[in-house]
Amino acid sequence: MASEEGQQHPLKIYWIMWVGLFVLSGFSYTTDFMDDGIVRQFLILAFMFAKAGGIVWIFMHMGWERPALKLAILVPPIFIGVLIWLMAIEGNYTELTRIEFFGESTFVPEEVHH
Amino acid sequence: MSDAATMDGLPDGAKGVVTDYSADKQAFHVPWGKAMMWIFLLSDTFIFSCFLVGYMHVRMAATDPWPNPSEVFGLSLFGTDVPLLLIAIMTFVLITSSGTMALAVNMGYRKNRKATFWLMVVTAVLGATFVGMQAFEWTKLIMEGVRPWQNPFGSAQFGSSFFMITGFHGMHVTAGVIYLLVVANRVRNGFYEKRGGNYEIVEITGLYWHFVDLVWVFIFAFFYLW
Repeated sequence: MASEEGQQHPLKIYWIMWVGLFVLSGFSYTTDFMDDGIVRQFLILAFMFAKAGGIVWIFMHMGWERPALKLAILVPPIFIGVLIWLMAIEGNYTELTRIEFFGESTFVPEEVHH
Repeated sequence: MSDAATMDGLPDGAKGVVTDYSADKQAFHVPWGKAMMWIFLLSDTFIFSCFLVGYMHVRMAATDPWPNPSEVFGLSLFGTDVPLLLIAIMTFVLITSSGTMALAVNMGYRKNRKATFWLMVVTAVLGATFVGMQAFEWTKLIMEGVRPWQNPFGSAQFGSSFFMITGFHGMHVTAGVIYLLVVANRVRNGFYEKRGGNYEIVEITGLYWHFVDLVWVFIFAFFYLW
């Protein structure tokens, strides 16, 4: 599995990945026709992570790299979760504070025309 | 130096990490260009994450209603409104370009210069198509009155996050198209043949290109679908 020789793999795996990405993107798109709710949100995330994983693992060859590189590149992004958590708390707080001091929104949106 | 006796209980992969990190020599057994590209992409991951988390924050904090992206980005086709049509086409264009790029990398390692060159050119053309469609999208929204500071459909923050996130991504695609064309031209004119016929650079260019597609996967899910 060492990559000193470069990443040389059979073409078949790229074709499977390519078709898989098309199918998953099609599924992603169909979630737009669903009713909003926890099921739709779960599916959006599931298809997103499946596509992202496939791109990184197969197309970017991360699956064939040595664990040292995998760890150095794939572990740090996990900590973005902390930022998401903090900003979600802050977002709720900001919204409540705005409603408390400025009142509910009176904005009347226009209809979208194409 | 690593002490083999202290690693007895560890699985093989973990042993490899310890020896690679502690051996006082090259830690990543890949060409330096590839390691540097991965580290650059990691830093870019954090930049795009900050943008998307910032978008999450302003969307949660906004008291005005958030515009429905499905309607705002919809297109009217033969009298029916199709939601997110252009965005879906853009997504498929970018995936297609990722596939042609993966094949270009493969052909590069097979030293098939002609196929590598043409596949990279096709990838660049698809990337340019993507940027063109994005320019169309921007024009359309600006004509409808969407600005970074206000829009007629809801929260002002919608416009600011839209232009910032898609603009930064579009800039990456544009840079990628230029990068692809430069490397493709060097593949064609034999530049890498004079340097020992090493086509690792095609894979490094490919890493950047796949990353641009990867970011779009997240933008598509969080900005357009959510």
